[in-house]
Amino acid sequence: MKRRAFLSLLGAGGAACLLGQSAQAAGPKEFPGYPGSFGVLFDATRCIGCRRCEAGCNQVNGLPAPPEPFDDLSVLNKTRRTNAKTYTIVNRYDNIPGAAGPVFRKNQCQHCLEPACASSCFVRAFTKTPQGAVTWDGSVCVGCRYCMIACPFDIPTFEYGEVISPRIMKCTMCWDHITAGKLTVPGCVGACPVEALVYGKRADLLRIARGRFAAFPGRYLDHIYGEHEMGGTNWLYISGVPFKDIGLREDLGTTSAPQYTSGALAVVPIIATAWPALLVGVYAIHRRMDKVAHEEQVQAVTQAVAKAQEEAAAKLAKAKADAAADKKSAIEREVKKALEEAAKAQTEEDK
Amino acid sequence: MSTATPMKKTWLTPFNIIVGIILLVGGFVTILRFTKGLAGVTNLTDNYPWGIWISFDLLCGVALAAGGFTTSAACYIFGLKRFHSAVRPAILTAFLGYSLVVFALHYDVGRPWRLPYPFFVQSGTTSVLFEVGLCVFLYLITLFVEWVPSALEWLGFKKPRNVIVRMTLALTIFGVVLSTMHQSSLGALYLIAPSKMHPLWYSMFLPLFFFVSAIAAGLSMVIFEGTLSHHYLHAKMDKTYLKEHDGVTFGFAKGAAVVLVVYFFIKIVGITLDNNWHYLFTGYGAWFLFELLGFVALPAFLYAMAVREHNACLVRWGAVITVLGIVLNRFNVSLVAFNWQLPPAQKYFPSWMEIAISVFIVTLGLLVFRFIATKMPIFYEHPNFREHVPHEGEEEEAPEFVEHELKPHPQSLGH
Ligand code: SF4
Ligand code: SF4
Ligand code: SF4
Repeated sequence: MKRRAFLSLLGAGGAACLLGQSAQAAGPKEFPGYPGSFGVLFDATRCIGCRRCEAGCNQVNGLPAPPEPFDDLSVLNKTRRTNAKTYTIVNRYDNIPGAAGPVFRKNQCQHCLEPACASSCFVRAFTKTPQGAVTWDGSVCVGCRYCMIACPFDIPTFEYGEVISPRIMKCTMCWDHITAGKLTVPGCVGACPVEALVYGKRADLLRIARGRFAAFPGRYLDHIYGEHEMGGTNWLYISGVPFKDIGLREDLGTTSAPQYTSGALAVVPIIATAWPALLVGVYAIHRRMDKVAHEEQVQAVTQAVAKAQEEAAAKLAKAKADAAADKKSAIEREVKKALEEAAKAQTEEDK
Repeated sequence: MSTATPMKKTWLTPFNIIVGIILLVGGFVTILRFTKGLAGVTNLTDNYPWGIWISFDLLCGVALAAGGFTTSAACYIFGLKRFHSAVRPAILTAFLGYSLVVFALHYDVGRPWRLPYPFFVQSGTTSVLFEVGLCVFLYLITLFVEWVPSALEWLGFKKPRNVIVRMTLALTIFGVVLSTMHQSSLGALYLIAPSKMHPLWYSMFLPLFFFVSAIAAGLSMVIFEGTLSHHYLHAKMDKTYLKEHDGVTFGFAKGAAVVLVVYFFIKIVGITLDNNWHYLFTGYGAWFLFELLGFVALPAFLYAMAVREHNACLVRWGAVITVLGIVLNRFNVSLVAFNWQLPPAQKYFPSWMEIAISVFIVTLGLLVFRFIATKMPIFYEHPNFREHVPHEGEEEEAPEFVEHELKPHPQSLGH
């Protein structure tokens, strides 16, 4: 009983493991991005860290004024990240080996080709638009903040101070302004005084980047950050110093975020169909065994009863026979006794 | 609320005072949370969007409520009928546990009234969180239906009760399927962020780790609660429950020992496949070994010893350490391993108000559990609805249960 239960548990568990493994191996095909989608190319060798892009973004998106004005460059002394009031920030990176001076880098949403934020949102609040931008729809967001857990670039931020309708805040690539015709290029791009930012079709940007590599030998590393990172992004970076030294992780790999969970999700229908069948099977086995055990028990009982009855009958018969024999011998004894007495009396009379 | 102190006695027992303070503080922080927003009460940041309300209330809450599906599966599917009397308490705990998880989520998410949106407005089916939400939602309903017979017996509605009892097998299977999916999916939530997780806790087997460890947690919680209930709700237990209690304790201890050993080995396999052995010689490695040896290997060993020597006290130690180990593991995955590369100054530590809410919610659960367990047939079979089939060799006894209504055992108070 115990052993049987244990074995079936083991079998069930083993099957689940096998299913899990084989489904994990499968994954979706790579998505090369929407053809003709737009993006921005950032050139770290040109950026001078003036924070005009920050000001431009703040202005076109109507974000609240920061405590320090945008021309205060002392804020660059600290490494910052995006927050609920700032879609984009510029950071300064000092003491980079091989660099003549500090290097600056602008950060904002990378507008991934296959965004982690969009694949992780359980109400599909994010949309990867065919134009390239990743946008967010506040009318369905629950505020669970899983998108913030998922984004490998630490981009989405949350209005923790809002009570009624806290929003997820992040760069939109100025999608709404551009589609409404209010802007032709994103606010930050338009504000840059040194053309460190270029807005255009992603395919063209990749060509421009390669063109600069060829035109200025030795100035750039031969790598366009964002071409393949996390499956590729619409925002691209080129630089003269290693990307990890300007706050861009080089260990992200080229696998897009949705592929990390697709295996686990693929198992779901398998569990949903195979598991009940398996469990019903296990149940049926136990029921059958219980039934057999029960039948065996019933049979054993009947046999025992029958045997007992037989024995009782035999005993009775024997007792009867014994009794009859007893009786017979008693009669014989009595008869004999009577005869003997009669004979005795006879002899006494004869005397 | 449910403190059924006899009229004459004072309400000012230490138990009532502590509960009262917890409820007051909880109520106060609740008001703050819904007037000042999350920023008013939590230490959450853009880097740490999930704090202990997810780590403890969701991840630990769901894992520790796994006793419901493990017990009913053991009894109804795997044919271990001697665990029958443990099913009702386990189902009740699971139902309350999941209700509290959902209740706690209302504090954590930004717009709680939209929690049904994923199912009724717009579904993000590519999201692991969607799967978790859907399964938890359906499982909560399943647990409710499984629990309803206790309430119906209490109210004396025979017909509807019998209809539900006839669906037991279907409900159990449904519950096991849903539990398998969401217990594992809670681990799968972190699959999407390999770059933010410490490699020792990140593995493509995370779903399997969460599922297997949840079974150990569920079994241990049944043992643990059984011990507590035995102490405080003894008067509510019938002969069958008490007679089977020992068997349940040791049977579950055996099961937990096996599951913990399996868990230990698949963790090792995980490290080996990802070739993460070298991380064991770092500070994180020491912490990982502390978890694996102190809270997986040790309780497995204690359980095995306890079963061998038939030592109930040792079983309890095994249960407590396993439960703590699951809490430690969920905290390690969601808070310690998550964002491990951030400088210490940017790491998250919960505010006292976040802790207060978690304590408040656990307290609510205990109070409701006690209320239901003292009123409804949980630890005993209702005299009119007996189902317990006596084991072979056992004499059929007349229902010897004595009604204790409105007269709780003195031990159930003042502790
Ligand atoms: S960078 Fe983050 S927020 Fe932006 S699209 Fe990618 S995953 Fe989404
Ligand atoms: S916080 Fe909003 S946008 Fe982000 S995953 Fe949750 S529901 Fe989606
Ligand atoms: S693209 Fe628009 S929203 Fe994004 S950083 Fe630039 S100005 Fe801001």
